[in-house]
Amino acid sequence: MKKVAKTELNLREALSPSDDDMSIGVSGSAEAALKSPMGPQTPLRRFKPQRLIEKKTALAALKQAFVMLRPDIQWKNPVMFVVEVGAILTLLYIVRQALGVVDSQTPITYFIALDAWLFLTVLFANFATALAEARGKAQADSLRRARQDTPAYRLSPDGSIDENIEEVSSTDLKPGDMVLVKAGQMIPADGEVIRGIASVDESAITGESAPVIRGAGGDRSGVTGGTVVLSDWIVVRVTSGSGDSFLDRMIALVEGAIRQRSPNEIALTLVLSAFTLVFLIVVIPLWPMAWNAEQYMMGYLGLKEPLRSLGTDIPTLIALVVCLIPTTIGALLAAIGIAGMDRALQANIIAKSGKAVELAGDIDVVLLDKTGTITIGNRNATTFLPIGKYLPGDVGHLAALASAADETPEGKSIVKLFVKQNVTPISVPDSANFVPFTAQTRMSGVDLPDGRRIRKGAADAVIKFVEESHGQVPGQLSLLVDSVASEGATPLVVADGTEIVGVVVLEDILKPHMSERFDRLRKMGLRTVMITGDNPLTAATIAKRAGVDAFLAQATPETKLAYIRKEQAGGKLVAMMGDGTNDAPALAQADVALAMNAGTQAAKEAANMVDLDSDPTKLIEVVEIGKQLLITRGSLTTFSIANDVAKYFAIIPALFAGTLPWLKVMDIMNLHSPTSAILSAVIFNALIIPALIPVALKGVRYRALGADALLRRNLLVWGLGGVVLPFIGIKLIDVIMTSLHLVS
Amino acid sequence: MLIFNTVMFVFGFLVLALQPWMPLNPDGKTMLAPSTIFNSVASFMTNTDLQHYSGDQHLSNFSQIFFGIFMLFVSAAVGLSVLVAIIRALRSDSSLGNFFVDMWRVLLYMFVPVALAIGLLFIIQGTPMTFKTAYQVSTLEPAAMGTTDKGEVKQQTIVVGPVAAFESIKMLGTNGGGFYGMNSAHPYENPTGLSNFFNTLAMMMFPFALVLMYGRMLNRFKHSLVIFSVMWILMAGTVVWSVYFDTLKPNPGLTGQAVAKTYDIPNTKAPGGKQVVSLPAVPSLPVDQHLGNLEGKEMRFGTSAGATFDALTTDVTCGAVNAEEDSLNPMAALAPMVGMWLNCIYGGKGVGMINMLLYVIIGIFVAGMMVGRTPEYLGKKIGAREVKLAVIALLVHPMMILFPTGLFAATSWGLQAVSNPGPHGLSQILYQFSSASANNGSAFDGLGVTYGFYNATSPGPSAVAFDIAAGIVILISRYLPIIAPLAMAAFLGAKKSSPFGLGTLRDNTLTFGCLLLGTILIIGALLFLPVAALGPVADHLGPMPFGG
Repeated sequence: MKKVAKTELNLREALSPSDDDMSIGVSGSAEAALKSPMGPQTPLRRFKPQRLIEKKTALAALKQAFVMLRPDIQWKNPVMFVVEVGAILTLLYIVRQALGVVDSQTPITYFIALDAWLFLTVLFANFATALAEARGKAQADSLRRARQDTPAYRLSPDGSIDENIEEVSSTDLKPGDMVLVKAGQMIPADGEVIRGIASVDESAITGESAPVIRGAGGDRSGVTGGTVVLSDWIVVRVTSGSGDSFLDRMIALVEGAIRQRSPNEIALTLVLSAFTLVFLIVVIPLWPMAWNAEQYMMGYLGLKEPLRSLGTDIPTLIALVVCLIPTTIGALLAAIGIAGMDRALQANIIAKSGKAVELAGDIDVVLLDKTGTITIGNRNATTFLPIGKYLPGDVGHLAALASAADETPEGKSIVKLFVKQNVTPISVPDSANFVPFTAQTRMSGVDLPDGRRIRKGAADAVIKFVEESHGQVPGQLSLLVDSVASEGATPLVVADGTEIVGVVVLEDILKPHMSERFDRLRKMGLRTVMITGDNPLTAATIAKRAGVDAFLAQATPETKLAYIRKEQAGGKLVAMMGDGTNDAPALAQADVALAMNAGTQAAKEAANMVDLDSDPTKLIEVVEIGKQLLITRGSLTTFSIANDVAKYFAIIPALFAGTLPWLKVMDIMNLHSPTSAILSAVIFNALIIPALIPVALKGVRYRALGADALLRRNLLVWGLGGVVLPFIGIKLIDVIMTSLHLVS
Repeated sequence: MLIFNTVMFVFGFLVLALQPWMPLNPDGKTMLAPSTIFNSVASFMTNTDLQHYSGDQHLSNFSQIFFGIFMLFVSAAVGLSVLVAIIRALRSDSSLGNFFVDMWRVLLYMFVPVALAIGLLFIIQGTPMTFKTAYQVSTLEPAAMGTTDKGEVKQQTIVVGPVAAFESIKMLGTNGGGFYGMNSAHPYENPTGLSNFFNTLAMMMFPFALVLMYGRMLNRFKHSLVIFSVMWILMAGTVVWSVYFDTLKPNPGLTGQAVAKTYDIPNTKAPGGKQVVSLPAVPSLPVDQHLGNLEGKEMRFGTSAGATFDALTTDVTCGAVNAEEDSLNPMAALAPMVGMWLNCIYGGKGVGMINMLLYVIIGIFVAGMMVGRTPEYLGKKIGAREVKLAVIALLVHPMMILFPTGLFAATSWGLQAVSNPGPHGLSQILYQFSSASANNGSAFDGLGVTYGFYNATSPGPSAVAFDIAAGIVILISRYLPIIAPLAMAAFLGAKKSSPFGLGTLRDNTLTFGCLLLGTILIIGALLFLPVAALGPVADHLGPMPFGG
């Protein structure tokens, strides 16, 4: 028992080697310390991009499409509900005609064909929705495989690790319970590590096979049920009961069980319902008007019976309504929303609501942490600057000696740089005594057997050390230190006993291609703000090099929160990404908050999205998915409404051709006959739905062109295309039907 | 605002109902039929000025002044005040302003001075301005007037009155209700070519200026210029269309068709079979048509001025006419109808801009999503509530036009009233309700809808039905479409405004203009293409124009 405690202590020490960024230190050194001999297990699953339509999901969706014909379900989609009512009315009409109750002007086969296509329209719409849901379900099912009933080892309430550990089922765990999880065991529930540190395989939820480190304290204490501890042990305080775990909620979310419609989707549904109403208003008065024309022609030509046209034929008018109301977007609207969530999921982002994804498209300001997002985790040594009689090589040699036992990334980078420059490995005498870094001394180093005391550390700490040893501090040192700091780098001063040898320049290494990504964000109309704990001078330099628009230096939780509030007061929507508990208030305040799965439970609760990969640059993808969602909706709506122009030109001449034959001039497509014109329009209207399912599921591609160019482009493609395409499509269907002698 | 309008309604109703007992009525004009009073009051109050009476025959000077001129001034100011309130709401002002203060400003600073100036110009051109009411004149050609039963030569009665005052505000306030039944075609209302020019100018002046005011008040001048241009293109389109089909094309009614035409149509008796309909030849009339369609035109102005005026009058919802619209070539008559259907081409006092705002909202909402942001107008996000209100306001108009038209087309109400059956008759009914719903007030004529005095011996057939139906349509289409946008603007204004960025849809670009134009054209076409086909288009293309 005691030994275990000692391990923990050692780890703790290893956890806090650097003065400025604790969390980074955790992952860096502890990962090294815990380099697991077991190696990564085979990942349970990975969200690989599915094929668009898989056979199994398609079959399930097909079945669901019929189930959704139930009026109480269909009612949720007002546009398609109207189509369904129309189809049923037509069916009644057919029955009446078959019984000989009504005397119709057209053959019954025409009505049957018409009605069949009306029902098909509804089924296509349902299929689109069901397919999107089924794809979501498929994702959820593979997640569920990770959530098994696992044994859990519950500690007694006082939390001591003794003989009172009882084995219970994971489903019996309640929030607040403490469980011990050892290497090779599965973490039974979501929770927070309160003791110990371990490497954990989270591939079950992230698909990332490299193990991650989870330890008590710090920002990486959150663990997820269903993940596997690879080495060491941890005590986890359960934070969510069975059935309410992170994974459970995620599954529920993905299955669409708690899929609520986003505000924009509701508004669009309203507009679509209004358009449906508009076309009812347009079509209903057509009957008396057509009747008026029939009466008139009867009088004019001196006929005994009115010259009937399709304008007084109820099923044809129903067909006209169906063609005109925005069935295309009405059918695909739900699918677009679900597919948006699904795309987020494929990017390994769990959005807590569709609203959050949609909102991401509106973001004006993006707050990014410097460390890990803009720069590669840690600072690296880049130059050795000598002072006085010393040469750069001397500085490098002494600094490398002082860092030989230093496991921090900075220390390792010094050794690496020296080895690279001199191509000779450093040799440290066995009897050398290493002086570790402490928060009090703020330096580390080595005492050599020959009595030399070599130190490296923050400038003021090393100066103090030299002065205490009655050494001389050269005047040029402060100049050198300042010039290094002003370039955005961190100076480490190296001393050999009583003499200052030189300065090691530690620089932030920018991640490759970051400035291109920021350019891309700028083109999308977003402003990037870098958050850093550095002083303003350093921050400004890094911000300039990285190409961000602004920075927030010496950031504390309070300043972050205040900054977000300030931007929001100006009407801006702010996105933020964070992982630590101290990020939680700012995350809760931000409009779109992306927490990293590796982060603390508090951060994950406060955020409205969780990134399973814990990749800070994900925010860009989130924004794109949000924009894509809205663009797809707008484009298909525009397309749907623009389609009506061609349908009018097909249907209006056909409606009145029987009575006012000279209106044939309006039939610019020169369709075969009135009935074939109407059938062609209805068939086109139905077929366009499945044709656009891939677009709805994949989304219309977002291009960072700026709003105007994007609008122009999409207006041309979907607006103008929407006007032109149906002319071609309807004519084509007419020609095919005529050549097959399907219509008279 | 509603209270004020109710007071206006009661006042107007009283003036007309008590006409026989009021002063300034030397001719002893009696009371109008109650249904006509309802219709007229509703129509003048709402700046519609659809007249189911003939001003010179049926109204006394007292009624002309206290009902007519009063309403012409005030009803126009009401619409303007509402627009100003909407702009304030969009600007997120803390208060929408005082309705009466706005009214006062509009009347005192805008209408009165300009109306005075224009009125003077009209007087110079020969428009009468007097409290006298009618002259009995012996004409130069007594024989032309015929004789009375007693064998005396009839005298011509020339009605005069405060015509110039009536006229100037009629045009300025885009009211359009004339002093005379013939409206601006009457030689006293519109004596010369120059006065016709002033007439046209006067009705366009304020609607044009309002669009720019919208931009200035919102500090978005370029945005209003884009809107202005879109309106201008639409206006130019209707004018060109109307002039092209009326002046440059022969009247199909006179051309006739030389040979019988036959058409194959589906056989209703034997499904799938063919049937031949043969339309007999119609001999053309020996009329020289190289000047275009002269029927129903005032020769003072010529053919194109009539067509231009008719297109403009509905674009700016004025409703005054200087030619008989019933006699326009059918295709040309489509232009004024389109003006009323869209109802946003400059449009009436304030209301046109309000309608345009609705199209802007719908256009931005649908197409604005294509830039990948929640649609915003003036930096405010358009949510479900705003869209709902915009759609309601936009829905009322087609509903109020198409439902009554359908109803009257299929019942004896409409069938009795039209002067020509068939497509032309349908156009007449359609125009009547379009005019009522657009609060336009121009009349296609040809409908026998004049009831006249209560004791009239031969009221127009179905006059009561038309009076009441049009009155109701006028009231609904006036108030719903201004209350809903006001509420919408208030909700929008209450929202936080987000700054413009690269990713924001800009509302002052050519792209936006095209988007807006496309929205208006597509929505307009979707709503009214079928009736346009059944009415004017069928009328024009048909072998027996004007219903044979």
